[in-house]
Amino acid sequence: MSLRTAAASVAENAAPARLRPNPFALTWALPMAIWQLLFFVAPLCFLFVMTFWIVQNFRLTPAFDLQNWHAMLGARYFWEIYFRTLIYGLLAAGLVSLIAFPCSYMLAFRAPFSLRWFAVFLLITPFFTSYLVRSYSWKVVLTGNGIVNAGLGFLGLGPFDMVNNLFGTMVGYLTLTLPLVVLLQLFSLAYVDRNLVEAAHNLGCTAIKTVFLIVMPAARVGIVLAATFAFILSFGDYVSPSLLGGSKPPTLSVLMVDVVKSGANWPQASVVAVMMIVTLLAVSFAALIYAYGGKGRG
Amino acid sequence: MSLRRIGTVLLWCYVVTVFAFIMAPIATSFIVSFNFDRFPTLPLGAFSLRWYQDIAQDPMLPPAFRNTIIVGFTVSVIATTLGFAAAYTDYRYRFAGKQVYLALALLPPTIPVVILGLAMLIFLTKIGLFGTLKAIIISHIVVCLPFAMALIRLRLSQMDQSLEAAAWNLGATEWRAMRDVILPFTLPAILAALFITMAVSFDEYAIAWFVSGFQETLPVRILAMFQGQVSPRINAIGSIVFTITMTLVILAQAILLLRRPARAPD
Repeated sequence: MSLRTAAASVAENAAPARLRPNPFALTWALPMAIWQLLFFVAPLCFLFVMTFWIVQNFRLTPAFDLQNWHAMLGARYFWEIYFRTLIYGLLAAGLVSLIAFPCSYMLAFRAPFSLRWFAVFLLITPFFTSYLVRSYSWKVVLTGNGIVNAGLGFLGLGPFDMVNNLFGTMVGYLTLTLPLVVLLQLFSLAYVDRNLVEAAHNLGCTAIKTVFLIVMPAARVGIVLAATFAFILSFGDYVSPSLLGGSKPPTLSVLMVDVVKSGANWPQASVVAVMMIVTLLAVSFAALIYAYGGKGRG
Repeated sequence: MSLRRIGTVLLWCYVVTVFAFIMAPIATSFIVSFNFDRFPTLPLGAFSLRWYQDIAQDPMLPPAFRNTIIVGFTVSVIATTLGFAAAYTDYRYRFAGKQVYLALALLPPTIPVVILGLAMLIFLTKIGLFGTLKAIIISHIVVCLPFAMALIRLRLSQMDQSLEAAAWNLGATEWRAMRDVILPFTLPAILAALFITMAVSFDEYAIAWFVSGFQETLPVRILAMFQGQVSPRINAIGSIVFTITMTLVILAQAILLLRRPARAPD
């Protein structure tokens, strides 16, 4: 059964009943809420509280002290890393959206039904392969005398430095986000009204013009959401910048892990984490406003 | 017109390139795992099972594998149970603060795993669970629950709401209707959720890396190998895990498809 019929069948039904606190209702309503409050909300709140604690004689001491915030936000290297991570994330989101769009467009508008489903199956597969193993494969393939450089060598090209730099990091980000972005774009394009596209063609609009004037505005929500997810994933990713990018220069997640694993300074690591959460919230919020607001059609 | 033809052909070539990029790391991982050389290049070395023999002899792997299995099973059962309860609540009831309730259920996958890892490390250390399997299980349930909830909610939205009401009218208690109407109808989604959450837990490395201490799971071991001596053993483990996860996923798919005629139970 398709999503559309499912949605329709829900609409036909009566609205859900108001919850009255009886044993039956509470048995189903409470467990998830309790679990997530205890083990999802509480840890994140505690992370925030931790930013005000201090480390004295190698021991964590509860306090209300702004020294961690001063230490981090007052450091030049923190802001360098912060803006680098922000730019990397935006770059990855833009790049992956550009790379994915022609592909999603062809699959949504030109591919027969069966091919589209096969494509969706292929796009889901990577979610069930370890991202670590996939990154490692790229490292093996792209390294100095790896398979790609050997292949290029036969053509008389290279060798190129493709790992331990920005290129390697971006390959990692693409590995992480490309399947998801193609999927989300594909779903949003599938809901674009075909009559609009037909009408544009009949009125003499070229294919490329139709894409920019009709298809992209109509699928705006999906395209923006996909880019936002790509940003969220890349911004917080640890594997790409450290294992494919070589940690030099570091990103926020690399910095955070360093502060935890070698510095053992949880309060300062928490400051980094809170800054990351605030940034992600701000960017997601701006993206949502852009996606649903303005003149475009939902 | 022929120019358009060329354009179309080029675009399809582009689509194939994108899919090649997506599939390349999975395919090379399999190839490299059967290749004799430690540092594979072109031309490829001889076919060999040495990396598989290597991992069979690694004393660190069996405990890691056992931990992964224990965590995966426990997580899938608890996450699916919690996810089912939340999905049913969303399907059946409206109440003040429902948006917040749904956010609780669905937000965790949007928080970067390193941040959740740190938050879990600090919190679970505070309550004395750091370095135990319980720590990994608790964190994984938080991350896996949304997937179970979404799958089961989707199935419930295909159900005619008057079915449950009919059962009540015929004298069934709410509990009886749950057992005889809702549960049988959602069973395929419940099974799918069990497999999918298990697969997600099998793959999760970042949070487990933070909270596990010496109780390593398989992905955490892979991360450790990655940072130390690199060798195609990583690909060998990856290929085995991939085969197991894909089996789980295909099983889940098969169950959903076989039960597809979405009819009410008689």
